This record gives sequence, structure tokens and C-alpha cells, in this order.
Amino acid sequence: MAKLLPEHPAWLWRDPDPKSSYDAVVVGGGGHGLATAYYLAKNHGMTNIAVLEKGWLAGGNMARNTTIIRSNYLWDESAAIYEFSLKQWEQLPAELDYDFLFSQRGVLNLAHTLQDVREATRRINANRLNRVDAEWLEPDEVAKVCPIVNVSQDVRYPVLGATFQPRAGIAKHDHVAWAFARACDAMGVDIIQNCEVTGFIKDGDRVVGVETSRGRINAGTVGLVAAGHSTVLAEKAGFRLPVQSHPLQALVSELYEPVHPTVVMSNHVHVYVSQAHKGELVMGAGVDAYNGYGQRGSFHVIEHQMAAALELFPIFGRARLLRTWGGIVDVSPDASPVIGPTPLENLYINCGWGTGGFKATPGAGWAMAHTMATGEPHDLNRAFGLERFVSGALIDEHGAAAVAH
Amino acid sequence: MMLLTCPWCGPRDETEYHYGGQAHVAYPENPSDLSDEEWAEYLFFRDNPKGPFAERWSHSAGCRRWFNVVRDTATYEVLEVYTNADPRPVVGSPAGGSR
Repeated sequence: MAKLLPEHPAWLWRDPDPKSSYDAVVVGGGGHGLATAYYLAKNHGMTNIAVLEKGWLAGGNMARNTTIIRSNYLWDESAAIYEFSLKQWEQLPAELDYDFLFSQRGVLNLAHTLQDVREATRRINANRLNRVDAEWLEPDEVAKVCPIVNVSQDVRYPVLGATFQPRAGIAKHDHVAWAFARACDAMGVDIIQNCEVTGFIKDGDRVVGVETSRGRINAGTVGLVAAGHSTVLAEKAGFRLPVQSHPLQALVSELYEPVHPTVVMSNHVHVYVSQAHKGELVMGAGVDAYNGYGQRGSFHVIEHQMAAALELFPIFGRARLLRTWGGIVDVSPDASPVIGPTPLENLYINCGWGTGGFKATPGAGWAMAHTMATGEPHDLNRAFGLERFVSGALIDEHGAAAVAH
Repeated sequence: MMLLTCPWCGPRDETEYHYGGQAHVAYPENPSDLSDEEWAEYLFFRDNPKGPFAERWSHSAGCRRWFNVVRDTATYEVLEVYTNADPRPVVGSPAGGSR
């Protein structure tokens, strides 16, 4: 906490014009897109790769999330990919030679009802079976981990306990994107900003390139990694996705001295809070119920979230809000992502992460790169294909996703 | 904050309403004839346009009746409000509310 931010070099990646052809094109220059390109180059020896970003690098959800990293999901398939991601996070600063301030300060998921307690203890047992670190804490133990949490039993939704994952934490999200971008660039990947994909070039059912605002680009394989706008792109390609786009808001306070040593999440009263390295209290809530692409949300959601924050953290009573913003999250029916082939040959998709994509950045990139390079899913994403909505083998993570959506 | 106009109660704040997703999704006429792919389509796949979208809202804190809205999902402008008995209107000028 309060560690100085690392200076980043003035030059991190080139600004090339798009070439007419690439072996692999990744659509979307956020965290997942950059990680996909990174592992395509590193794990699969591909270097003729372009990352196409319609705006600026990592300016979408990568710039708008609450930076929480954890792997305490319920089902085996989820535990596998999130825990794989966490293990990558633990060694990526060294691998990328870039300190993005990954801080394993732990996460508390509070329980406020008997049902919460049952769900939480079930999840702890599931986590342990999957070798994910997880503990149950009684209210007095919660107060030891995070002394500013109000554990009085004399409130509307008292804290009955919490799950605790000590290895969870936060990272400096912009620095994560820059670290991946610099490493991609060093391996020859072209990162092309202000380049919107406007259509797909097809030979029958086979995608052979993309039309962009900067001209036609032929591609050996194409990956769609566009989060909230995945369905818009899929529609241009001619297929549907089982996801809906919703605004999700977050906000930060002014800078304060270090007061909040961990990450606290509460499904029931619905707020999640951590303190950024610089000192802001970072808070998020649930998604707005309606579909939207406006990158802003409803005021009543903030009102609800602030009420929850104040009940849990009376010390925040005089904290002042500095700014709010919204991201667009693509929510799937089972609150689990879609990573795998599409109905079109040579076209692969990574979407549907809902409110929780940041934590999965390295694992999602790893699995997506494997899928794009080999045409086959990796063990990490085999269960996360589109076909599960036909087979019925859903991976229902609404509980462990920790946000109402 | 959106202001939505209930066809029966008039303009009310968004907090009085419950969202119901895409409108005009009909229950299959012959459910037993559906393939797994068709069931998946009916259960899990909905339109998700960036632009005008016909969707269902319920005035849950008021008359509790369901109705339909055509709303632009990029601007959140409400373009049409109509009852379940009406067909989907051709999207015209803004009517029935604004953000």
C-alpha cells in the first residue's frame, strides 16, 4: 500500500499502419485481446499478428473495471480457468518484466443471511477440492482482516461471516495492458488503434479477413475479443450469441491514507470495495437491468451501492465521490464466458465474461490463443463453448460471479 | 435515470419498473416438435442490438401491468411505448419519455 507507482517508459509499442494480411487478427485491444496476441506469439510461435482496436488501447472495459483478481468460483471448469489465471498473475510481473502492482491482499466475500452462509461454506469446500485457497471467517475474524468493516450484529444485514481467499488481490489495470502491449510489440505484433472492424470477408462459411475503417485485412485466423460489443460484431459476421449487453458502473472516492487493507465483496447488500494503490476507494455494484451500450448507468444503482457501503463501512460517511463511469458487460445466461469456435470457420470468440473478465485476463488469453492457433479448444475452455447452450451443460456461476446479473 | 411512461399510469421514474428483456418472443407453437437447437434459440438467444430495441417493462411499483417500449440502447432514448395488444410500431419520433 502507498507504494510509489512505477515510472513507465515513454515508448511502449509502435504505431504501425495495418498490413494487407496477417496470420492472425485479434479484434479488440483490451486486456483479453492483448493477452491473446501475447500467447499466440509466445506459446504458438506466431508473429505475424495484428490486434485491431476501434478506439484506443485498453480504453474499454479494461479501463473501467475494479481490478479485482480472485479464483474462488464454484464449479470445476471455472475454478480451473480462474485459478490458472491467478497462477499466471503471480508470475507475470517477472515474465513481462513490468511491475503492474499485483497485490495479493486477499478478498472477503461477506455472508449476511443463513443462505449466504450455506452457499459460502459450500463454495469453500468446492474451492479446496480444486486446490484453491479458501477459508471461512467468523465476524470477529473478518474484523481482524479488515478492521473498518462494521461487524455489529445490530444492523439490518449483519455480517454473519465471510469466505476469505488470501491469494486474491488487485492489480494496476492500465499497467497490465501496457505490460502486455509492450511484450506483444517486442515479439512483432502490430497493435493498431482507431481501426474499427466493419465487416467480415468470407469464402463460403470460412472467414478469410476483415473489413475495417482502415481498409481490408486478410487473416489466416480471426478472434473476436470485444467484450460488450461482441454481439454487434457477431451480427456483422452473421451469427447470434447468447449474451446481452448491460451497463455496469463503478466509482472512486478522493485519495485517502491507507485504511482498507483487503478487498471486500458483498452479494447481499451489493457493493465491492478495495483501496487503490494511489489511495482511492474503488467501489462497484451490480449491472443495470436493461440492455445498454451507453457506458453510463442509472443513478439509483449508485444510491443503492452507497447505502450498502455506508452500512458496511461507517468510516466512509464523509468520504467524497471523485468520479463515476460505466462499462458495457456482455452477460451470458449462466454467468460464464464463451470461449471457442463460432458457426464460421476460422472465426473464434471470447466473450460473455459479464462483470468479471479482468481477473481472467491471462487464462482467457492463453485459452483463446490455443483455440485460434490449433482450431481446437484448450482443456481450460473446452467446457465454455457455444454448444453448451444446446446440450444444456451450463456452468451456473451466478453465485460465485458475486454481482447481480 | 430514465423516465418511462406507463400506458396506464403515466410518466414514472425508472425505479418503479421491472425490466423484462426482449419483447415479442413467442412461446413455441408446438413445443414437442422443437429440436435441441430450436430450444436453445428460444431459451438463451435474444437480440442485443446497439440501437432501437423492442423490450418489455412491468410497472411493478404501480399498476403491475406489462407493456412494451422501443428504446435506443445506445442513447437510452425512448422511441415508442405501446401495450401488449398493439403490434410493434414502426420507430418514429421520440414519444413516451426521455432520459
